[in-house]
Amino acid sequence: MIHESNLLSLLIILPLLGAVIIGFAPRNDEWTRRIALAFTLLVFAISLPLWYLFDTSSHEMQFVTRVPWIPAFNINYAVGVDGISVLLVLLTTLITPMCVLCSWKAIDTRVKEYMIAILVMEAMLIGVFVALDLFLFFVFWEAELIPMFLIIGVWGGQRRVYAALKFFLYTMLGSLPMLVAVLALYFTGGETFDIQTLSQGAYSATFQFWVFWAFFLAFAIKVPMFPFHTWLPDAHVEAPTAGSVMLASVMLKLGTYGFLRFSLPITPDASHAFAPIVLILSLIAIIWGSYMALVQTDLKKLVAYSSVGHMGFVTLGIFVFNTQGIEGAILQMINHGITTGALFLMVGMIYERTHSRLISDCGGLRMTVPIYVTLMAIFSFASFGLPGTNAFVGEFLVLVGTFKYNLLAGAIAIGGVVLTVAYMLWMLQRIVWGENTRKEDVVVTDLNGREIATLLPLLVLVFWIGFHPQPFLERMRASVAHLVSEMSSVRDVRHIEGLNDATLPQILERRPPHAAMENIVAVNRTFADSCRASPCQISNKDRKQTL
Amino acid sequence: MNFVLSDLLPVLPEVFALTMACVILIADLLIRQNGRMVTYLLVQLTLLGCSLIIVGTHENGVVYAFHDMFVDDLMSDMLKLLTCLALSMMLVYSRLYLTARGLFTGEFMVLVLFALLGMMVMISANNFLTLYLGLELLSLSLYTIVALQRDSSVAIEAAMKYFVLGALASSLLLYGMSMLYGATGTLELGAVTEAIQTGVADRNLQVFGLVFVVCGLAFKFGVVPFHMWVPDVYQGAPTAVTMLIGSAPKLAAFAFATRILVEGLQPLVQHWSGMLIILAIASMALGNITAIAQTNLKRMFAYSTITHMGFLMLGLLSGSIEGYGASMFYAVVYVLMSLGAFGMIMLLSRAEGFEADTLNDFKGLSRRSPWLAFMMLLLMFSMAGVPPTVGFYAKFSVLNAVVHAGHIWLAVVAVLLSLIGAFYYLRIVKLMYFDPPESHVPITVSSDTALLISVNGLGVLLLGLLPGALMAVCAVSVQQSLLLR
Repeated sequence: MIHESNLLSLLIILPLLGAVIIGFAPRNDEWTRRIALAFTLLVFAISLPLWYLFDTSSHEMQFVTRVPWIPAFNINYAVGVDGISVLLVLLTTLITPMCVLCSWKAIDTRVKEYMIAILVMEAMLIGVFVALDLFLFFVFWEAELIPMFLIIGVWGGQRRVYAALKFFLYTMLGSLPMLVAVLALYFTGGETFDIQTLSQGAYSATFQFWVFWAFFLAFAIKVPMFPFHTWLPDAHVEAPTAGSVMLASVMLKLGTYGFLRFSLPITPDASHAFAPIVLILSLIAIIWGSYMALVQTDLKKLVAYSSVGHMGFVTLGIFVFNTQGIEGAILQMINHGITTGALFLMVGMIYERTHSRLISDCGGLRMTVPIYVTLMAIFSFASFGLPGTNAFVGEFLVLVGTFKYNLLAGAIAIGGVVLTVAYMLWMLQRIVWGENTRKEDVVVTDLNGREIATLLPLLVLVFWIGFHPQPFLERMRASVAHLVSEMSSVRDVRHIEGLNDATLPQILERRPPHAAMENIVAVNRTFADSCRASPCQISNKDRKQTL
Repeated sequence: MNFVLSDLLPVLPEVFALTMACVILIADLLIRQNGRMVTYLLVQLTLLGCSLIIVGTHENGVVYAFHDMFVDDLMSDMLKLLTCLALSMMLVYSRLYLTARGLFTGEFMVLVLFALLGMMVMISANNFLTLYLGLELLSLSLYTIVALQRDSSVAIEAAMKYFVLGALASSLLLYGMSMLYGATGTLELGAVTEAIQTGVADRNLQVFGLVFVVCGLAFKFGVVPFHMWVPDVYQGAPTAVTMLIGSAPKLAAFAFATRILVEGLQPLVQHWSGMLIILAIASMALGNITAIAQTNLKRMFAYSTITHMGFLMLGLLSGSIEGYGASMFYAVVYVLMSLGAFGMIMLLSRAEGFEADTLNDFKGLSRRSPWLAFMMLLLMFSMAGVPPTVGFYAKFSVLNAVVHAGHIWLAVVAVLLSLIGAFYYLRIVKLMYFDPPESHVPITVSSDTALLISVNGLGVLLLGLLPGALMAVCAVSVQQSLLLR
């Protein structure tokens, strides 16, 4: 059952409408905040039908709207959600009201511009997740940089200018080669930007190689994966709380979402071939991110580096290409959005009181602020995946998937989990149970109603996903199953159908180095996943027969 | 050579512009200095009249006049309309600026009209001679306008450089044209194509002539390595004049390039497209890198113009009709953005001679005037090519053409260089939004310029949300002009 409705367009337009209204309303800070909150809550309310009306049995796109936009290039305004994106859209609409709430007191200069930026960003982020047209996706992908650039640069900390410029230019560095790849895909895939049509196409190995790496650069910078992560700590530390929350909870997911939506379906052979590289980078990210988190003295930096580690789990899950891994990865994207978002919110709350993010300036809170400490502990436990919390389910699935793929990779990932536990507990120990090291004139009060209200939905989700992840997994199941089956043998048969006799010899000529890599992958896969190990070999045989 | 009355219909806009220029020249003698508004309004009416005549005399298909010296097609009509629009916007933006600097004179207005005439002739030329005639009329008007501020030594220096280098470029162009004439025995563009295609002409001589023609073109576009005049002239000339040089003539230059390279020398495409590749890469690289080091905004925009012209070349060098359409779209978008950017500099300049042309003058603009800062933000992101502003689509369409032509490496080079470009546009946004203001003098803006800058800035955004129509118009006009010949 496909729901034809304008729900998704409404989700994009409403925040923009709110931004325009705030823009033309007279300058009144209190009312600006209220209007912004009203609009974000309205958007959340409107997004709820996505949860209830979503057809869990179908992997097809739902809630689709398709309108011609730039006919000259066959570009459509096409939006829709499937199991991969629906939860991410809901996460975005859930997080944005919290960003408005947590900025209530923290932002007191240029409130109007701030709220406009938040609302515009929400619209762009939802747009990225629901776009079904590659060009539309790219427009949203780039446009979302502008509000974030302003949020970091105008309302950020001391080194905000450096952080904002680095964030913007680094991300653009990734997305511009992607633009060229998008154009190349357009011409190779039959002059269309439609994502589903492009995913059906069969492309030569060389072409896949280039497209895969162009997309990889863009997505890896966004995630951020190991060698490309250096912008993240800067951006997180300098951004205001809401900026960090948006960045961590939603924006980082754009990269991993991109892998699932584009890299895997469009360049399956290249994804298989280069999966070992991506997996190694993911493992390095897990270990290195956690290790860096261990030595941070700044709370925000600690959470930022923990993001690098957690996102490593997500990319790990994606590139093992099995159901458990990918389901775990998607769930882990949501989990990371919830727990890291919450941790950033809590760091922001303590910063508002002590005006310092150094762990040493926030020590020994247990006596003074019981509610804060309780919540902090819960979210930290959730972050390292204590059983019963959400991250446990996600990490467990990812680890199962990884062990199925390769024992060693799984073992290393387990090591990362241990490190995560270590830095989180140590951080907790210092700020909760440690010595009181705060400056004498700092009075720390416990959370007020607004702050508790901000955190409460996240708290509920932590335990909901932790104890009953079924509704969440159900929603992604069909799409993930479809993706996994697309990634395996079916693909290679189509590959042959898509080729004619004239191009086949050329591609086979170029095959040797590539085939060697695939064989390595195949060997890796044999002992874990024998059903998927054969496709490349079979396909080679098939090709010879066709010849 | 006998005159046919039907020849006059296609050239009616030019005739009208010339007549009005002469009328205003004489009428202005009778007007006192404080009554210049009358001249100004007359010029605006002339531009409006020209536009109406262009629309009124539009005919489907391609019409030739004066023994194929002159051509009237959809592309020429579109470009002429846009030229009139750009000049009209330029005049609105610069009225107060010029008044404050004693440049709001009849000479300025008349020279603008002569420049318009030159551009219209260039746009509609179908013969080497007509092309050259239009180009020289435009160039001579511009040299004079730059020198109009007689007591400013920088302006005189700029005019001198502009004139000397411009004259050199013209002579190169003329030399190239004479060789092509020698090789093909004709000056008419269509006949040149035929002569080359039939193979009677001497190939070496043609290519030799082509090199000079491309050099001359490169001078007029201001692309590397023929860009030396651009920064000095942009910086030295009064901002209103910089805006004049940096806007409408780019449309004419596009038409000039299309006429001569595509309509005349299409058979030599593999030769000139290679030359344009070098020009394009050099411009994008040098323009973007040098712009970073500038502290003077006008100079920075000069280097940014060099870059943009490099991008415009990308569409031309792809050698396809979509590519030429993309270039035209790029030219139109560039004119819109550059009008806005220079308009902003003039808005912030003050009557007592203060020029808001250094980067620091934009510090903290978002606190002094949030709306103007927002408009400038849109313009800068558009120049950097960030969606959803229209600048992105301009870059997208030329890159599209380049990739389609199979030069994927060139597209990669172009996007990486535009990343460098993003830095200095972002720096302006940074100055406006992140830094505290240096001056607290209230910004006073007259209502007509305030309206125009808002239309200009929001136009950049709206065209970005719905770029299809303008893209289609450009594509169709180029298509019709080239296919119906």
